[in-house]
Amino acid sequence: MTTPFVMLVDDEAPFLETMTKRLEKRKLNVKTALNGQSALEALEKNPSIDVIILDVKMPGMDGIETLRKIKAGYPLAEVIMLTAHATVESAIEGMKLGAFDYLMKPCDMDQLMSKVQDATRKKRDHEEKIRVAKVKEALTKYGM
Amino acid sequence: MIKTRRLANPYYRVLMRNIVIIIISVSFIPLILVSSTIYYQFRTSYREKVYAHLRDLVQYHTYNIDSFLGEKLGDIRFLADSFGYDRLSNESFLQGKLAALQKDYGPVFVDLGVVNADGEQIAYAGPFKLDKAHYSDAEWFQQAMQRQYFISDVFLGLRGLPHFIVAVKTNRDGHTWILRSTIDFVAFNTLVESIRLGETGFAIILNKEGKLQTTPISKPSLDTIPAKSIYTEFLENPARSGDKIRIAVKSDSSDDKTIFVASFLKNGDWLLVYQQHFADAFADLNKTFTITTIMMLLGPLCIIIMAITLSKIIVNRIAQIDEEKQLMNAKVVETGKLATVGELAAGVAHEINNPVAIMVEEAGWMGDLLEEEEIQNSKNLAEFRRAIGQIQDQGRRCKEITQKLLSFARKTDGKVQDIEINEVLEELVALSAQRAKYALVKIQTHFQQNLPQLKLSLSELQQVFLNLINNALDAMETRGGSLTIESRLEKDLIVVEVTDTGMGIPEANLNRIFDPFFTTKPVGKGTGLGLSICYGIIDKMGGKIEVRSRAGQGTIFTVHLPVPVEETGASA
Repeated sequence: MTTPFVMLVDDEAPFLETMTKRLEKRKLNVKTALNGQSALEALEKNPSIDVIILDVKMPGMDGIETLRKIKAGYPLAEVIMLTAHATVESAIEGMKLGAFDYLMKPCDMDQLMSKVQDATRKKRDHEEKIRVAKVKEALTKYGM
Repeated sequence: MIKTRRLANPYYRVLMRNIVIIIISVSFIPLILVSSTIYYQFRTSYREKVYAHLRDLVQYHTYNIDSFLGEKLGDIRFLADSFGYDRLSNESFLQGKLAALQKDYGPVFVDLGVVNADGEQIAYAGPFKLDKAHYSDAEWFQQAMQRQYFISDVFLGLRGLPHFIVAVKTNRDGHTWILRSTIDFVAFNTLVESIRLGETGFAIILNKEGKLQTTPISKPSLDTIPAKSIYTEFLENPARSGDKIRIAVKSDSSDDKTIFVASFLKNGDWLLVYQQHFADAFADLNKTFTITTIMMLLGPLCIIIMAITLSKIIVNRIAQIDEEKQLMNAKVVETGKLATVGELAAGVAHEINNPVAIMVEEAGWMGDLLEEEEIQNSKNLAEFRRAIGQIQDQGRRCKEITQKLLSFARKTDGKVQDIEINEVLEELVALSAQRAKYALVKIQTHFQQNLPQLKLSLSELQQVFLNLINNALDAMETRGGSLTIESRLEKDLIVVEVTDTGMGIPEANLNRIFDPFFTTKPVGKGTGLGLSICYGIIDKMGGKIEVRSRAGQGTIFTVHLPVPVEETGASA
């Protein structure tokens, strides 16, 4: 499996900075965004992003809204929600909208890493399936 | 006891006093006004009636006596006119006439006598030996000589017996003589004596000098009346114009009031005085007054008793309502306090969470860097690790605190579901068993079976009882003890008691333990939110949480949970 391409979205710059360092140290390809809008823009530029780690509570476009837009534009990208407090409501809401999982802030790095790995694997599996499907389709098309 | 305590409060005493005063005055004023008006009117008209009656009585008797006297005088005059001096001078004829008179009128006429102008009695008929009696010096004779007719006052006369004389002077043929008759005093007296009313009413007749002309019941013999008495007043002030009958009320030395009704008779020579004790004359009125007075005393007594009882009831009820209101206020304040603190806490938790997250991440980053080679060789590596670990641990503690704050602030959480309280408790006991073992605590359960199902949030309920159990275990941590969890049904409430044998809660802290951030645990051990959250949850469920504790002996937390109405209905 190639290095997971991860995007961190949080309104707290220091948090992003440190997390980036820590994730990069764990051999992840990390991109950051300070708000939902720039996250969408970054996704546009880098459609190959595998996992988006998204803070629920952000000024402007909040996590849930951002999640909705990401899922609309990039259905294959997996999203891990970071919540300040694990309320059942926000968790359920996030899951309904297609989030991969949620974690509570401050989160345990090992836990986060394993979730990122799982999410990446899931995304890659999906991509693989799609690729295979496309190949099959092409083969059928050309009568092979 | 509660009542007396309530009424001991000056505010309620004043309130009660005011109510009593209002009731009493509102009842009394009309009562007194109506009764006194009626009584006054009644007394006035009754008095008028009595006076009118007495007036009539006296008038009637005045006429009666006047006509009696006039009649006797008429008889004598008739004798004198019809028979003339010559025949009447004949004693035997005179005797015959006396006999005839006595036959007609009874023994009213005692005797008859013919007296000449010189006062010598020429002829006499009667029981006394009065022939040739000489009357020229007698007062009656002198008076009689001056007039045509004369009726004397009562006097003892020559015989020493009370009597009076009716005399007719005849002046015919140049011959002046007087026919006189003695009127039986007893017969006359009977006339006056018969004027009797009530127990004390009687009549007397007085002459102008104030001498008694009749024998009053109370005074046995002829006597002059005491000076300055009412009689003299009547006598000295003769009847005013048109006022034939006069009424006066006087009180004597012993303060008894007496009514006097006086009327002149015999052309103003005599005075008929009827007298009666006031109390006797108005006996009926006095009886009415007594009855009224009794009623006036009993009625107010009832009113006073009623006023006091009623106001006691009212004031007690008010006091009770006030007490309830105070409790309500306290509850509202408490709830408000919890809500405010809750919102504040939620805000603080949110704000703190992010910096803490960053701190923990930074520490994590430092931890990551420690793995690099050049630092691996540092002799302080272990210290670095420990410090970073500590930062992370403390960060996590902060997270726990904010989590609790947030769950405390959370308004609605948890799905309501059917709950078997005993199952929930059983699970929690199992969960705490390990901790209890280390704390040397023995957990006992007394569950009443077949308790009705509750409709509550499971997670919230778990939170409450876990909190209570943990607190109990904390209280017994150093010494061990026993933890008893009991469930039972009381009316429409399920009651769960969590009893420990721990150190107990000092009385001063008892009413603060549900306050947010109140804790007795050492710094870092407790947030002071646990019981506050429990309180909020149970309150939201419509239940009640109470605490009883004795320092050194243990603490009992009692949780009352409402059984859903339809549930009780179905099981009933």
